[in-house]
Amino acid sequence: MNRLSKAALTKAAPQLLSLALILFLNYLAFPGFFEIRLQDGRLFGSLIDVLNRGAPVIILAIGMTTVIASRGVDLSVGAVMAVSGALAATMTVAGYPVPVVILAALGTGLLCGLWNGILVAYFDLQPIVATLILMVAGRGIAQLITEGSIVTFNEPGLIFFGTGSFAGIPMPILIAAFLLFVAITVVRRTALGLLIESIGINRSASSYAGLNSKLLLLVIYSFCGFCAALAGIIIAADIRGADANNAGLWLELDAILAVVIGGTSLFGGRFSILMSALGAIIIQAMNTGILLSGFPPEYNLILKALVIIVILLAQSFSSLGGWAFLKAEFRSKGAKR
Amino acid sequence: MISMKRILLASTIAMAFAGTASAADLTVGFSQIGSESGWRAAETSVSKIEAKKRGVELKIADAQQKQENQIKAIRGFVAQGVDAIFIAPVVATGWDTVLAEAKEAKIPVILLDRTIETTNDGLYLTAVTSDTVHEGKVAGEWLAKTVAGKDCKVVELQGTVGSSPAINRKKGFEQGIASASNIKIVRSQTGDFTRSKGKEVMEGFLKAENGGKNICALYAHNDDMAVGAIQAIKEAGLKPGKDILVVSVDAVPDIFKAMSEGEANATVELTPNMAGPAFDALKAFKDSGKAPAKWIQTESKLYTQADDPKKVYEEKKGLGY
Repeated sequence: MNRLSKAALTKAAPQLLSLALILFLNYLAFPGFFEIRLQDGRLFGSLIDVLNRGAPVIILAIGMTTVIASRGVDLSVGAVMAVSGALAATMTVAGYPVPVVILAALGTGLLCGLWNGILVAYFDLQPIVATLILMVAGRGIAQLITEGSIVTFNEPGLIFFGTGSFAGIPMPILIAAFLLFVAITVVRRTALGLLIESIGINRSASSYAGLNSKLLLLVIYSFCGFCAALAGIIIAADIRGADANNAGLWLELDAILAVVIGGTSLFGGRFSILMSALGAIIIQAMNTGILLSGFPPEYNLILKALVIIVILLAQSFSSLGGWAFLKAEFRSKGAKR
Repeated sequence: MISMKRILLASTIAMAFAGTASAADLTVGFSQIGSESGWRAAETSVSKIEAKKRGVELKIADAQQKQENQIKAIRGFVAQGVDAIFIAPVVATGWDTVLAEAKEAKIPVILLDRTIETTNDGLYLTAVTSDTVHEGKVAGEWLAKTVAGKDCKVVELQGTVGSSPAINRKKGFEQGIASASNIKIVRSQTGDFTRSKGKEVMEGFLKAENGGKNICALYAHNDDMAVGAIQAIKEAGLKPGKDILVVSVDAVPDIFKAMSEGEANATVELTPNMAGPAFDALKAFKDSGKAPAKWIQTESKLYTQADDPKKVYEEKKGLGY
């Protein structure tokens, strides 16, 4: 067990080091970065911001990891977020009770995911094309629901999901942590994770081995849609309104990036949900750091790109056995001397 | 065969009705961009109201954000022989050919809200637009007047990096506070014109400026970002509108709600009434034959808490923002 966790730590080393480095840079840019205090019974500080703002992408990344592990990709999550947020806001304004609103929004996410799953599993469309359809159409549907305007609401029950807190911890963080725990437990304490990896590596071989790959793909894509809907509710609740044009815009790319930073291959197979969540936190730590640094906004994207390149290079270096190679080199030189 | 006759008959009747309808003084074709934002929707509904007020028949063509649709619509208007064409151009270039066709048919063209790039500005009669630099300047001057010599550190939420309203509203605000050495912009970052980004960036500003205690005012390039930022200020335990002054641009209904609750202080209106001044210019041109100035600047009106924000909110709410 001890050896196992040590191996896991070594594997996660590039990501953990990157996160530590980014947090340290944030500290240099803004010395108060690690300060946390209680404000109106809610934890308040930059570190909390990183987790709180990162929560939607963490949730997206959880669903996206399972999809990518099955050798797919879901481009529609940003649009599904907009749809679920729009639906939640308009239903709230129309006077439906909060539980109904939440169930309807989550149900819509499931349906959107199911649609993607059917296209991929039963019509054998390439996942990137199949989900592109909903990526484009979904935002249109969201705009239809809100009729092009920002629908605002003042229902405390719904707002609680975005800005409420329990025991001082903001709700988005709690929701993301809970989903993370449930997803990892279900995937790793049952054979499900193994089955997902097997269809990711070779779908037809898995089918010949007796695996119902179609059903499994449906479940995976539906789960991803569900995650997107959950993230959409949080984002809408956070600003007390549904902005169909901008909610979740480009977040599908952040989610994919989080999965990639976490070390899951885009070619399917082995995956780690926990590492994807870590990837999402790395992305948000970088975003928050840029906001605190006070650089002019023209540098935002360049800084981001630089950091991401460095992280990915470090990762590829370590997965190619770069550290072991360096160690060996060092030792052999030492021996010669 | 019978049905064919019926259709013919029906269309003749329809045309007869259309004939009576166009007995209005003027028929104007309006090529609108499409539904890109709440402001755009409000512009369309205000245009209809202004046309009705003047007894003008307004034909609106929705281009769904595509220039080729706008060009088609303009050719359609020329074929119908309208008295004038209004265009809210989706892009700045590529209009010369179709505008020359309109000119050949002696139909005056007025540009609304945005201008075009052309070597021959004789192709259009005039352009009715807002001066986005001036909008920023009005906001800056309001702040300079309000803090009246006291030291004031301002944080700025910019629009989308590189967009012309973001560049101009920044420039204008800096001009507005240029003479007040007590006012300093201490932080400036983009909020992409959206609520959620406005909130996230403001959270960062608050942390970086001693929990917000160092910030005296917020200037946002649009109201949506200000609305998001107001929530961030509240969550940090400060009072928006009092502890931190809030001034923004656009004048959408939600900022009036915030102003009526004392959480925002001022907004500069980007009026959705571009068609009104255009109709007036057109009428003067038709009556006197004298061409108006090439640019008609709309008013950048300043609204503060003293302007009965609750009433303005009710008025604006129905415009489709």
